[in-house]
Amino acid sequence: MSILSPSDAARVREMLAGLPGPVRLVFFTQTLNCETCETAKQILGELAELSGQITVEEHNFLLEGALASDYGIDRVPAIAVVGARDHGIRFLGIPSGYEFMSLLDAIQVASSGDSGLNDASRMMLAGLESPLNLQVFVTPT
Amino acid sequence: MAVESPKVTSVIVEATEYPDLVRKYQVSGVPKTMVNEKVEILGARPEEDFVRTAIGAIAEP
Repeated sequence: MSILSPSDAARVREMLAGLPGPVRLVFFTQTLNCETCETAKQILGELAELSGQITVEEHNFLLEGALASDYGIDRVPAIAVVGARDHGIRFLGIPSGYEFMSLLDAIQVASSGDSGLNDASRMMLAGLESPLNLQVFVTPT
Repeated sequence: MAVESPKVTSVIVEATEYPDLVRKYQVSGVPKTMVNEKVEILGARPEEDFVRTAIGAIAEP
């Protein structure tokens, strides 16, 4: 049974219709001791069916630890949203509810390479010389 | 922000699935953003204010 309702799927398909470039959802999962990994996998699969620009690349977190580490991922389920470049956008947990909308936004940004930020913000960020890690905590509702 | 600078990484965390992170960063409301694990930004802020506060966190000890 689908997680996305037919009407939600239609709306998402419409939102993703104009994606200018391909996006890889690099998905880290494991079969044991991960209650939410299957649900996350299903959501990503349904999402990939709604746009020819989106592919899901599944990796086993336990067997491919070095790759997970390369992506800076230390727990599952986790998704790296990668466009023409890897901008360092990650999602931890099931991308449902509010997080699903954030994932759609991230896909659009990664696809276009355009942050949508205003000029003042871009100028402040352009001069950054030190690492800046943002962890944004959200809930599904 | 992550798109605008190779120095920025952005991780969206589904809080209910990671109680250890919620405890570690004392997340009592969302959205809450932790910058470099030391400065917190609560709620939604105007864009430039958010960017300025986040960048300001780099200088924090």
